[in-house]
Amino acid sequence: MSEIISKLEMKKITKKFPGVLACNNIDIYLKSGEILALLGENGAGKTTLMNVLFGLYQPEHGEIFINDKKVIINSPRTAFSYGIGMVHQHFMLVPNLTVLENVALGLTSKNIFKLDLNKVRKRIEEVSKEYGLSVNPDAYIWQLSVGEQQRVELIKVLCLGANLLILDEPTAALTPQETDELIVLLKQMAEKGRSVIFISHKLNEVKAVSNRVCVLRNGSLVYEGKTRKHSVATLAEKMAGREISMPALNEKSQANSPILEIKNVFAKGNMGTMALDGLSLTVSKGEIVGIAGVSGNGQKELADVINGISHIQSGKILLNSKNITNLSPQHIINKGMGYIPEDRMHEGTIPSFSVKENIIMKDYNKTPLSKKMFLQDKIIEKYSQKLISNFDIKCPDNKTSCASLSGGNVQKVILARELSRKPKMLIAAYPIRGLDLGAAEYVHEQLLEARSENIGILLISEELDELLDICDRIAVIYEGKILDILDRDIATKTKLGLLMAGIKNEKKAI
Amino acid sequence: MKKKLYSEAIYRLLIIVIAVFSALFVGAILLLIAKANPLTAYYVMFTEPLSGKFGLTEILVRAAPLMLVGLGIAISFRSGILNIGGEGQILIGAVFGAFIALTFPDLPPYILLPLVFIASFIGGAIWGGIAGWMKAYLSVNEILSTIMLNYIAFQVYMFLIRGPMIDPKEVAYGTGVPQTALLSKNAWLVRIIPASRLHAGIIIAVVLAILVYIFLWKTTIGYKLRAAGAEAKAAKYIGVNVKNYLVLAMLLSGGFAGMAGAIEVCGVHHRALESISAGYGFSGIVVALFGGLHPLGIIPASAVFGLLIVGADMMQRSVTVPASIILAIQGLIILAIVSSQIFFSNIGLKEKIMIKLKLMKSGDKDDT
Repeated sequence: MSEIISKLEMKKITKKFPGVLACNNIDIYLKSGEILALLGENGAGKTTLMNVLFGLYQPEHGEIFINDKKVIINSPRTAFSYGIGMVHQHFMLVPNLTVLENVALGLTSKNIFKLDLNKVRKRIEEVSKEYGLSVNPDAYIWQLSVGEQQRVELIKVLCLGANLLILDEPTAALTPQETDELIVLLKQMAEKGRSVIFISHKLNEVKAVSNRVCVLRNGSLVYEGKTRKHSVATLAEKMAGREISMPALNEKSQANSPILEIKNVFAKGNMGTMALDGLSLTVSKGEIVGIAGVSGNGQKELADVINGISHIQSGKILLNSKNITNLSPQHIINKGMGYIPEDRMHEGTIPSFSVKENIIMKDYNKTPLSKKMFLQDKIIEKYSQKLISNFDIKCPDNKTSCASLSGGNVQKVILARELSRKPKMLIAAYPIRGLDLGAAEYVHEQLLEARSENIGILLISEELDELLDICDRIAVIYEGKILDILDRDIATKTKLGLLMAGIKNEKKAI
Repeated sequence: MKKKLYSEAIYRLLIIVIAVFSALFVGAILLLIAKANPLTAYYVMFTEPLSGKFGLTEILVRAAPLMLVGLGIAISFRSGILNIGGEGQILIGAVFGAFIALTFPDLPPYILLPLVFIASFIGGAIWGGIAGWMKAYLSVNEILSTIMLNYIAFQVYMFLIRGPMIDPKEVAYGTGVPQTALLSKNAWLVRIIPASRLHAGIIIAVVLAILVYIFLWKTTIGYKLRAAGAEAKAAKYIGVNVKNYLVLAMLLSGGFAGMAGAIEVCGVHHRALESISAGYGFSGIVVALFGGLHPLGIIPASAVFGLLIVGADMMQRSVTVPASIILAIQGLIILAIVSSQIFFSNIGLKEKIMIKLKLMKSGDKDDT
């Protein structure tokens, strides 16, 4: 095993990509037993900097020192030999191999014809005992939950003898409980003299886990200091370079006529089981109704059946008192439904299409954008320019493909398209997932503005903060049913948390 | 901006030239093994077709069917389906067209020719549509189905021109060459240059290329087709019936290949005969890719491939090397050109090379 990294320094690291300066003269250092949080908005250069440290990219300038010795890291293999391990945002596991086999993949063996799985098994047991990371070495990766897969990644890196762990947005796909467990684990590792670099833009976690923060903005290091000196709000400010205040709802909605009525809906999910099991819900005009719930309780199916993308077995869905049950998506769109889908890269937009083509995705067949089947280029050009400036979409021009935009800007393209059509009802599924604070703030502002224009909004989310901020009412979905609906003034995180776990009545549960 | 476009053009040209040269280098080894002088061979291949009326017109004669097949392939690729069945669609199109021309020999040309082309379009469309329908509704892999349909088409075609549709003269003389009777002159495409085989088909092909461009990029149906091909999930989300558009794409794709059959029947041979296609169904795929799956790129791409075919023919005759070497060299050039696409699509690589060649200053933004 490699020696303990008591001091790591990256000096004057500069990395360029075509047209972008991803890292500009960045200096960071790290001592053993320390947890360093690397903060920054999307595209600030966090991941690039870490990929340089891990040997995936070669910097144009700059040097790396380990224990005051200059090192050249030109591949992940070299990084490992120095004791640096990285857990990527997207797990690098082979789904149809077991945990044991996945760990063995990373270990180099002297004899290329012999695979000593028993040795690997022993190593896994040692590591999992040391950190209390329980995992079944013979389980297949595809059988594991996201949280468990992350544990496997950690074990893999630890088995390879990593003393310095880089975690790239480790909590992005974890449930709140799994996140808490991870934080405890990381602190334990730091106590044992290992060091951790934690990349995130979730400030609560950064606050909870790290000793020190480095803030990157547009490829440059803009702040470095102790975490405990700062509140979440000041960290957010440093990250965005301006003051961020997440908009919140502050007035009651007028009691209004219903716009979307879902009555006793039953629908099958992908697995053939009943994903919606007698679900009923009403959304009124000018109201934001939140759907809270652990993912996989029917949220995806709910959004799909409302929009006609999949069909229901029985029940009724009314939009503005008109029956839209099992109509085609086209019909439902024409009746005034807007939809911000969960998968913004492959469902909400067509990545290879230009921003212009994505903006007209729902209106290309309407006058004046097209006449008698012919697209009216000049009008489309003007229309797209107008939306790009109204919604402040940052793109070189309207012919840029959506694939090259950041997540926040892709979401703006979708918002621009959906809101400019003046829908009567809008379904928004996880609209701020993966977005940095600045972009999330913008999305919420737009949703609140839509609300004030009397549009009914159904907001599906896992983040309770988001729901508590901007919803009039919060419905909790559990196993395909609405378990309860709470008004904003009585809803709390604890109440919602219990409901999300399927416990309806606190007294009864005790 | 102008300067950027200029250096961009130089870069593209350079890459293509290098690709072609490296293919020719490997080809030269083959020629040496066949005991031919590569320099004279290549000299003939690239200068002879361009140095006279015969060569130039022949290039365009080859380009016309290639262009039509390429257009069809571009429509299908853009719609997310890989049509490898051009060959079969050409044959069915040819036999449908020939049937109409033989059945109504006395109709005036301005009625008969459109009828023949429509029939060929329908024939090819049916053949392509079968694969499209199987893909959309039975989830049959289109590569498999189109290749199998090629075999079936060939056998059906041979059966028809050897049996029910055979030229009565062939039966009378007892020669039995599998081909239909000569079409009446009303079904012949006009020769646009006297004393050559160049016929009006090339004009039809270019006009259709422009129409396909308008169709794909300027109409709502084209928009839906491209959306369904680029991201089926998103297409579904905006209300496009993806399955139906898959079938439509294959109907159109097959139809265009079918019309390539009509062009060969009415323009070149004036009958349906055994070797009508000359591999256009496969070369058309390369033409489409080489043309960037864009109708306006396919026009020059088909001319380049016409040159390759004609040049190779001439080289074979003047240097007397076996025909199989010519095919190998054609294949090498195609491979080299297709592989060189990485130098256009990988922006980082492109930037590095352009800076090395001093076509661009480091730090210049490249947003192509």
